[in-house]
Amino acid sequence: MAKLISKINTRSQDFLDNAAHMQVQIDDLRDKLCEVKLGGGERSRQRHLDRGKLLPRDRVNALLDTGSAFLEFSQLAAYKVYDDHVPCAGIITGIGRVSGQECVIVTNDATVKGGTYYPLTVKKHLRAQAIAQENNLPCIYLVDSGGANLPNQDDVFPDKEHFGRIFFNQANMSANNIPQIAVVMGSCTAGGAYVPAMADESIIVKEQGTIFLAGPPLVKAATGEVVSAEDLGGADVHCRTSGVTDHYAQNDHHALEIARSAVKNLNRVKPVSIDFQHVVEPEYSSEEIYGIIPKDTRQPYDIREVIARIVDGSNFDEFKALYGNTLVCGFAKIYGYPVGIVANNGVLFGESAEKGAHFIQLCAQRKIPLVFLQNITGFMVGKQYESGGIAKHGAKMVTAVATAQVPKFTILIGGSFGAGNYGMCGRAYDPRFLFMWPNARISVMGGEQAAGVMAQVTRDKKEKLGESWSDEEEQAFKKPIVDDYEHQGHPYYASARLWDDGIIDPADTRQVLGLAISASLNKPIEDTKFGIFRM
Amino acid sequence: MFSKILIANRGEIACRIIKTAKKMGILTVAVYSDADKDALHVHMADEAVYLGASPSRESYLVSDKVIAAAIKTGAQAIHPGYGFLSENAAFCRACQQEGITFIGPPVEAIEAMGSKSAAKNIMEKANVPLVPGYHGEDQSRDIIKKAADDMGYPVLLKATAGGGGKGMRQVWSEAEFDEGLAAAKREAMSSFGDDTMLVEKYLTQPRHVEIQVFCDNHQNAVYLFERDCSVQRRHQKVIEEAPAFSMSEFLRSKMGESAIKSAQAIGYQGAGTVEFLLDVDGSFYFMEMNTRLQVEHPVTEMISGQDLVEWQLRVAAGEKLPKTQQELTINGHAFEARIYAEDPSNDFLPATGQLNLLKTPLESKHVRIDTGVRQGDEVSVFYDPMIAKLIVWDESREKALQRLAKALREYRIDGVTTNIEFLYNLATTDAFINADIDTGFIEKNHDAIFHQADEKQNDELLTKQLPIAALYLVLSLEKKTKELAKLNNDPHSPWHMTNAWRLNEAHNHSLTLAYNDIEYAINIEQKRQASASYYIITTTSQCGTNYTVDCQGEIEGEQMTVTIDGHRSQSIVAHSDNSISLYQERGVFNFSQIHPDHGQNNDDDNHGGLTAPMNGTVVSVLVTSGEQVKKDQPLVIMEAMKMEHTIKAPSDGEVNEVFFSAGDMVDGGAELLAFSALPLKASLEEK
Repeated sequence: MAKLISKINTRSQDFLDNAAHMQVQIDDLRDKLCEVKLGGGERSRQRHLDRGKLLPRDRVNALLDTGSAFLEFSQLAAYKVYDDHVPCAGIITGIGRVSGQECVIVTNDATVKGGTYYPLTVKKHLRAQAIAQENNLPCIYLVDSGGANLPNQDDVFPDKEHFGRIFFNQANMSANNIPQIAVVMGSCTAGGAYVPAMADESIIVKEQGTIFLAGPPLVKAATGEVVSAEDLGGADVHCRTSGVTDHYAQNDHHALEIARSAVKNLNRVKPVSIDFQHVVEPEYSSEEIYGIIPKDTRQPYDIREVIARIVDGSNFDEFKALYGNTLVCGFAKIYGYPVGIVANNGVLFGESAEKGAHFIQLCAQRKIPLVFLQNITGFMVGKQYESGGIAKHGAKMVTAVATAQVPKFTILIGGSFGAGNYGMCGRAYDPRFLFMWPNARISVMGGEQAAGVMAQVTRDKKEKLGESWSDEEEQAFKKPIVDDYEHQGHPYYASARLWDDGIIDPADTRQVLGLAISASLNKPIEDTKFGIFRM
Repeated sequence: MFSKILIANRGEIACRIIKTAKKMGILTVAVYSDADKDALHVHMADEAVYLGASPSRESYLVSDKVIAAAIKTGAQAIHPGYGFLSENAAFCRACQQEGITFIGPPVEAIEAMGSKSAAKNIMEKANVPLVPGYHGEDQSRDIIKKAADDMGYPVLLKATAGGGGKGMRQVWSEAEFDEGLAAAKREAMSSFGDDTMLVEKYLTQPRHVEIQVFCDNHQNAVYLFERDCSVQRRHQKVIEEAPAFSMSEFLRSKMGESAIKSAQAIGYQGAGTVEFLLDVDGSFYFMEMNTRLQVEHPVTEMISGQDLVEWQLRVAAGEKLPKTQQELTINGHAFEARIYAEDPSNDFLPATGQLNLLKTPLESKHVRIDTGVRQGDEVSVFYDPMIAKLIVWDESREKALQRLAKALREYRIDGVTTNIEFLYNLATTDAFINADIDTGFIEKNHDAIFHQADEKQNDELLTKQLPIAALYLVLSLEKKTKELAKLNNDPHSPWHMTNAWRLNEAHNHSLTLAYNDIEYAINIEQKRQASASYYIITTTSQCGTNYTVDCQGEIEGEQMTVTIDGHRSQSIVAHSDNSISLYQERGVFNFSQIHPDHGQNNDDDNHGGLTAPMNGTVVSVLVTSGEQVKKDQPLVIMEAMKMEHTIKAPSDGEVNEVFFSAGDMVDGGAELLAFSALPLKASLEEK
C-alpha cells in the first residue's frame, strides 16, 4: 500500500497556534462533560448511594468486562435544551463488552429527575435501540426510572417516535434474535414496567427494584387499596408470584453479575467475514491533528494529512487521485479492518461527485465499510456548473450514499453545509454512527452566506421601495443572523438535540472508528441494490 | 548387603530411602494405606503392599501388618524412616523374632532413650551434662510442682514418652503451673498413651544444636558434625542449618565427643542424633537422643558429602562405617526449610486440600528437594502435613541463604495454604541473615516476619508494593485477553483492549486489594505516550490519604519489571484466583483482590454456629445443650495432626445444640454446635 508522507511542520507557528486553538475547544468540551457526568448533582447522588444503590456509571462499569472500552453516545444530550437541568438527558447509553460480547447498554440515571423521560431522553433511548438494531447488538437495560416526565408528556407519549416505540423496538428486536435483557434496579412504573416485561430475560434487585403499572399513590386514588411499593411490585412479588421477572438479585452487583451470565448464555458468534489484517499504528501521532486543522475555517488544508493520522500505518491507496480532486477517495485499514474513505478536500464539483458515486459503488460491491470525513461547504454554484449538470452529478452521489448497504461512518470534521451534508452521508443517510469534532459546524449554509442572502433580499426589497440602507444598517441586520447560525450550528447545540452520536476529541477518531466498525460487524453486510443513477 | 528391603513409612522419607536403595541395587517394598494407594512412594518402589485404612493406627502403626508384608515379599530388612514405628522397641523386637533386620539401633538402645527421664539418668552416669530438672517416677502434682518451684520459673513440662513438641508446655509462672500440667498430660495421653511428665529448667536464650552420630557393630563411632535447629515454632523445627554458625572447632569436637559418649553409653548402632541445648556462654546440656534418621538429615549430607541412608544400610548389613572421623570434613553450608501445609497467620493451623499447582525450583548441586507428593496429590488429615523439604547448599552461609531465598521465591503451591511465604519472610529478616538466632527466634521477630507494618513500611506499601500488585493485575489482564483474542474470529478488534477506554474521559481501572486484612482502594489511570502505556496509580490509605505514583511495567512469566517514579526494579509475582504474592528482596507481600459483595448468603449465615477450623477429630465436648457460657470459655477441643485446637465461645451466650461428641471425625467448616450470643445489653447487665 502507498504510504502517506506528511508535509506538516509540527514546529511551525501556524501548527502551534492551530493546536492551541483546538486544545481550548477540547478543554471546554471536557469541562462541560465533567459536569454532566455527575448526573443530578451531589445531593441526589448521595441520596442514591444512601439507598444502597450504585451510581449509574458505576453500574455500567460493573456490568462491563474488566477493562472493557465503553463507547458512550450523546454525552451532551439535552445540554441547555430545557429549563430543567437534565444532564445526559438522564440516560447513559453506549456500547461495551459484556462477557466478551459487544452490547448496547441503556442505563437510566435516577439522580436526574428520578430518571424520568424527557423528550430527548426518549430520543436517546430510541437512538441506542436503533444502533442495536442496525448492528445486531444485544441490549441490556439497567432500569431505574419513574417513567414519562409528566409536564412534558405531549412530547413524550403520543407520537410514533415517542415512548411507545421503546417497547415496539424491544418486541421487534427480540423477534430478530437481538436479545433484550432488563435489570430492574429501581422503579419501573407505568409504561416503564414494560421494559422488563417485554425483555427476553429480566433481573430484579430485592428491596430496590419495583415494577407496577400504577404505583401505590395511584392505586390508592383508584381503588382505595393501601399497599407498599415492595408488596405491590417488589422482587419477591415478581420472582415468586407474578413471574414478571426471572432472576432475583441480592444487590446491584449481584444483579449485574446475573446479567453478565445471561449474556454468556446467548450463544452468539460474531459473523466477521472481512479481510482483516494485523493492526499497525499510524506513522504519525493522532494528536498532531490539532495542529493541522486551521484556526480559520476558511483556510484550506490537505485532508490526506488527517487520513495519515487515522489509518493503519498511514497507508492509503487513493482512487482516481488525478480526477475530481476536491473529493479524496481511497482504501485503507483501520484496526486491521478494510475501509473505503471518502473525504472532502474542497468544494464539490460534478467530477468529484461522480468519482464519489463510483467509489461508493466499489465499496458496496466489495462489502467494504465506508468512512466519510465530512468538511463541506456545499456543491459548486454558478451558471457554468448548473449547466454542466452538477445537480444530477450530486444526485448520483446522494443515490449511492443513500442506498449503499455497507456500514457507513461519518465524522463531521469541519463544515457540514447544505447538500454537501447529504452527499457526505449526513444524519439523514443512516450512517451507523455519526460523530462531530468540537470545531465542526452544521447548518443549511454558512452563517455569513445566510446573512448575505437575506441581506441581499432585504436590500432588493428596500431598493424597490426607494429606501436607502446604509452599510452599518446592513451589518446590524446581518449580525444576529450570523450569531444565530453560529449558535445553532455549534456541536453542543447539535449534540444536545441528537443530530449526532456525540462529540469526540479528534485524537480519538481512530479509536472511535475502530470500536464502531468492529461493533458494526456483528451484523453481516448485506448486498446493495442501488437506485437509478441519473446519467 | 540386603537384596530387598521394606520401607515402613510413607511420604518424602519413604521416597528418600527408595532412592538410595535403588542406587545400591536393592529392591524396595513400599507399604500403603487407603489414602496412599496412589502415592508417590508406592509408585517408586518395586513392590507395594496394602496395610489398611487411612488412619495410621490402622495402617502404618500396625507392626503385625508391616512384618507380615515383609515376610510376604521376602524383604530381609525393614527401614522404619522417622515417626511411626521408628522408635518403637516392641516393633524392633518383633522384627528380630521374625529374623528381619531392623534398620536402626538395637532394642535396648531404643528402650533406653525412649523414656526421657531414663535417658537422662543414663547420661548423668556417663557424665554428659544435663539441664537441671526432675525426671522422677513419682508423678504426683505436688512433687513435680515443688521441683519446678525449686529450679525457678520458667520451666518446661515434657511427656517422657514425647517428641516433636507434643505433650510439652512452657510454664512461665507458678500460677500457670496447673493449667500447663493438665494440658501437657492430656496431649501426652492422646499422643503416646502415657502421661508421665518430666520438668526442666527452661533456658531463655538457648540454641538447639544437635550432633549426628553413627556407630557400627565393630566399635566404631563417628560424629558427622552438628545441625542448628534453633528456629522453631511450638517446638517444631522450621529451618535447620549445618554447620551451626559461630561454632569453634573446640566446641564442635567437645560436643561431638560428648555425643559419641552418649551413644556409647547405650551401646548404640546406626544413625542417631544427640540433641543439646547450647547456652550463650558455650555450655551445652543433653536434651534427648533420637534413635532414628532425623527429618533434617539432608543438611548433614550436603556438607559432609555422605549418604546417611546408605550408611544406615551398610551398618545394618554388618559393614563397617564407610569413613573414619579423620576422613570426615565440612564443606560449605546447607539449609533445610520444611514446607508445610499450614497457615502461619492462623497460629500454624494445619491445612488440607489438593495440590492443584506444585511447581518446585530446579534441582541442582545447590538445590535439593525431598518430597513425597506430586501435583494433584491430596494433603490429607491423616498424616503429617509436610509437603517437602527444600535443601540448599553453597560455599558459605551467606551464599547458601541467598539460594534459599531464591528457591523459596520459585516454589509455587496452589490449592493448599502453605508456610512458603512465612519461610521466605523468615529467611529474609535481618536477624536471620545476621544469625541472631535462638529458640525464641520466631516470637522475637514476629513483627518482622509477619510484616506488622511500621510507618515507614506502611508508606512503602502504599507507594510500592500495592501499586506493583495492582499494576500486575492490569498487565496480566491485558496479556491474558490478548492470548484469548487470538482464538477469537475477530482477533484484532479494538474491543479486545483492556485499557478501560472511555470517550472524553481518563481511562481508569479501580480495584480493591487487601493486605493483612486491611482494604485499600486503588485507581490506575492508563495513559499513552509515544505508543507506550504508562500508569498513574493512586492508592488510598486507611485514613483516606492518597498516594500517587507514576508507573511503567512489563511482565514476563512471573517476572515483573516495574519503574516507579523513575526507579526500576524487579519482583516475582505469583497470582492465582484472587491472591497475589509479591516476592521482593525482603519478604513476600500477599494481597487478595476484593470483589464487590454480591450479597448472597446474607440470609443464611446468621445462625451463629461455630465451625470446625479444619478436618480433625473431636477430643472432648465441654458443654451441653442449653448451657450458658461466658466469652472465651472453651466449648470443644479438636485434634488434627496431633495438635489440639480449642473452640471457644465468641461471646457470652447459650449453646443451643451440640452436633458431635468425643471421637467423631469432622470436616473443616462443619458446624460443631449451635450457639446464640446473648444480647449485648443482657450480658452487660449480668456483669
